Amino acid sequence: MIPFDYRRAADVEGAVAEAARTGAAFLAGGTNLVDRMKLGVSAPEVLVDINRLPLDGVEELPGGGLRVGATVRNSDLAAHPVVRRDYPLLSRALLSGASGQLRTLATTGGNLLQRTRCLYFQDTSTPCNKREPGSGCSAIDGHNRQHAILGASEHCVAVHPSDMAVAMAALDATVLVHGPGGPRTVPLTDLHRLPGDEPHRDTVLSAADLITAVDLPPLPRGTRSLYRKVRDRASYAFALVSVALVLHVDDDVVRDVRIALGGVAHKPWRARRAEGVLRGRPVSADVFLEAAEAELADARPLSGNAFKVPLARNVIVSALRDLAWEER
Amino acid sequence: MDGEVELRVDGRTRRLRVDNRTTLLDALRDGLGVTSPKKGCDHGQCGACTVLLDGRRAVTCLSFAVVHDGAEVVTAAGLGDGERLHPVQEAFLDRDAFQCGFCTPGQVCSAVGVLDEVAAGHPSAVTADLTGPAELSPEEVRERMSGNLCRCGAYVRIVEAVRDGAR
Ligand SMILES: Cc1cc2nc3c(=O)[nH]c(=O)nc-3n(C[C@H](O)[C@H](O)[C@H](O)COP(=O)(O)OP(=O)(O)OC[C@H]3O[C@@H](n4cnc5c(N)ncnc54)[C@H](O)[C@@H]3O)c2cc1C
Ligand code: SF4
Ligand code: FES
Ligand code: FES
Repeated sequence: MIPFDYRRAADVEGAVAEAARTGAAFLAGGTNLVDRMKLGVSAPEVLVDINRLPLDGVEELPGGGLRVGATVRNSDLAAHPVVRRDYPLLSRALLSGASGQLRTLATTGGNLLQRTRCLYFQDTSTPCNKREPGSGCSAIDGHNRQHAILGASEHCVAVHPSDMAVAMAALDATVLVHGPGGPRTVPLTDLHRLPGDEPHRDTVLSAADLITAVDLPPLPRGTRSLYRKVRDRASYAFALVSVALVLHVDDDVVRDVRIALGGVAHKPWRARRAEGVLRGRPVSADVFLEAAEAELADARPLSGNAFKVPLARNVIVSALRDLAWEER
Repeated sequence: MDGEVELRVDGRTRRLRVDNRTTLLDALRDGLGVTSPKKGCDHGQCGACTVLLDGRRAVTCLSFAVVHDGAEVVTAAGLGDGERLHPVQEAFLDRDAFQCGFCTPGQVCSAVGVLDEVAAGHPSAVTADLTGPAELSPEEVRERMSGNLCRCGAYVRIVEAVRDGAR
């Protein structure tokens, strides 16, 4: 690891100014950044520690909804009484990620901006366009069982690893950002990018943009939600496929539905086609299957992950069935 | 590029100078000679380096020591009261919940954290009712302890010990 300067930020403006001036990386829980620094994948010369900024609160918003600070720990957010009651899918997504002793450290902002677990990205001895633009993608013809089936490019087929972000995508959350030009907001579904020909850019943020909070809008009464994660082990593994579902059924008709998929793309994947098929239709197994198949019509599996297409289909259908016909 | 940190470790205040690159784990083991937390993977994957950091279980290999100036660290070696072992440690002995013992300090700290989380009503990924009280069924223990690997495979006994530790 190369030596670095360590600065503790006293306020948000100071943190942003420091990052803009020196090209510093923000350090939150460190569970991803420190790992990458050890691997030589990231080598910031300055670290701005944001752990002591006053961004660790969870507040109820006046018009309903919740504002989650950027340094709220994943364990605290999962256990928060309002989150458990009103946003159970978010609690479930958080609790299905990493381990108890990692979630104590991991933060909201860091979780969103964690980088891919693609093995080649983490191995500096192999080509990787995300780590070293122009060097090539080792995964396209290599081990790609964990990789993308939707929205990938010839330059990168990596997936975003976060569970929390998938739940937040289904919740239509908004990310509050403070950059060198001041504060702004970014819809969570627009935060992460598809790889295209710039796979080194994971998100639309620039290096000196600090995430300060995430706003969760209120869910209409009668809405149900769930998060379901399929992985190689029962616990403590990244998703092969996951689904976050928000559903409102009235009189056996789908009034509102929001579906986001994890483990399938470079970003949390909002299944807008499936949503379009479902909205206004009566709940039935055939409609659920039609929706899932519409979403996956453009899936392009790689040599090692064709199984993800039927897996994603089945997980979408089972999630819809379970929520639509759950005891009320 | 180094800094000064003060840590309270197992009840004693300790000061040391560290290179910024030093992890909390290396500061404890190499800087202060506190060798109870173990280095298994050094990448957050095995749980052997788990301690109680400001009262909560946390891995120490993915965090720089300079970040934790002023923190309170309790390792497995500091859990007892000096005379008697912590009930979780007693339970690990009674249940024979280890073989080589390398993972044990991390397991024990994690277990103490789990019991606190359960007492506070925090759910896990396998808790059926997120808003109900938390229980400590074997399934719950396996889920909550899944961040602690045991290469000797003492898992069956570890689950029993964690449940005993709650009594
Ligand atoms: C063994 C292991 C298993 C895991 N399993 C899972 C899993 O199953 N599911 C899952 O979702 N995750 C998993 N994770 C990843 C974990 O959730 C992330 O490492 C964690 O959420 C990152 O948060 P952090 O605060 O530690 O981020 P850091 O490591 O501090 O930062 C991550 C990145 O975000 C940037 N950053 C941090 N905060 C901000 C901010 N406020 N504004 C702008 N930039 C910021 C940093 O500069 C850095 O680039 C696992 C991690 C490990 C080590
Ligand atoms: S999939 Fe993306 S991250 Fe993985 S090797 Fe290819 S370019 Fe790198
Ligand atoms: S050494 Fe820290 S988790 Fe393995
Ligand atoms: S007792 Fe040997 S690793 Fe667990």
